[in-house]
Amino acid sequence: MSEHYNDLAPGDDGSDEGGVRGEVITYLVGLVLATGLSAASFLLPLTGLVYVPALPVALVVMAIAQMGVHLVFFLHITTGPDNTNNVLALAFGVLIVFLIMAGSLWIMANLNHNMLPMTQIMKMQR
Amino acid sequence: MSAAHSADPHHVGHGGHGGGRRHNVGSGQDGPASKRIIVSYGFWIFLLSDIVMFSAFFAAYAVLASATAGGPSGRQLFDLTNVAIETGCLLLSSFACGMASIGALLGSVRIFQIAMAVTFALGAIFLGLELKEFAGLIAQGAGPQRSAFLSAFFSLVGCHGLHVTVGLLWLLTMMAQVWAKGFRDDIKRRILCFNLFWHALDIIWVAVFTVVYLLGAAV
Repeated sequence: MSEHYNDLAPGDDGSDEGGVRGEVITYLVGLVLATGLSAASFLLPLTGLVYVPALPVALVVMAIAQMGVHLVFFLHITTGPDNTNNVLALAFGVLIVFLIMAGSLWIMANLNHNMLPMTQIMKMQR
Repeated sequence: MSAAHSADPHHVGHGGHGGGRRHNVGSGQDGPASKRIIVSYGFWIFLLSDIVMFSAFFAAYAVLASATAGGPSGRQLFDLTNVAIETGCLLLSSFACGMASIGALLGSVRIFQIAMAVTFALGAIFLGLELKEFAGLIAQGAGPQRSAFLSAFFSLVGCHGLHVTVGLLWLLTMMAQVWAKGFRDDIKRRILCFNLFWHALDIIWVAVFTVVYLLGAAV
């Protein structure tokens, strides 16, 4: 039965008995995983288990993992055939988001790096 | 149906179904996809465009996070306990929303309305906590006009809050529609879209609490 369900589009119903039960289980698994990842994200900085400079990377990795959990268990994004369009659209969206984020950070860091310190700009304006 | 399925779960062979059952719906094998798949695809495109818009706010925040203009930084301002409670509320409301969709699947008005009411209550608690936080920040002189960092913070988190507000209004509309019209096919498709919207808001919140609050407070 679980195979059957993996082939459904986002929110598509199984419209049979086993479908409903499996659907509830899917949501429960998603809830447990998402809660675990959220809790880990909040507690990690407090425990000091991770080398502090590596903390941002650890937090970002867990956030991406949790987004994956939400996509699979709540939004039902799968590799099934009637989901191909959704996955392609998602891939395109991820590309754009990556370009906007990484591009902005990269360009602005460069600008900051190449800009004169404020005190010197003030002197030049005199 | 299930026999053909287990032998070829991803329909690599494409054949053997005859009669055009819904196995291959949307893969170009059996004619046009059902309306429900087309509607959720269209709404999914909208959600992705919304996420792209949010990514611009995130980029602005990430660039301006250190531009505090001598004012308070995130480390001094953020109350992580509050944020953790907000996160829990939104996550549970996402789950309750999923239960509502299962109620609609079963055709049970009672399960649907109860689950939607729980979703609404949790969403409202989330919004209340967020507004309380905003009011507290403004009261201590850390409003959006204080620094570029705070402008970016208020626009990013405020934009998410605005989405939650709209979602709550939509949620009430869906409850009223089911109450007045029952589970008609078009109503079911609207419930499906609302579900996608609410789950997408939770995904954006994951990015918000990580990028804004946790990274802001830890680093």
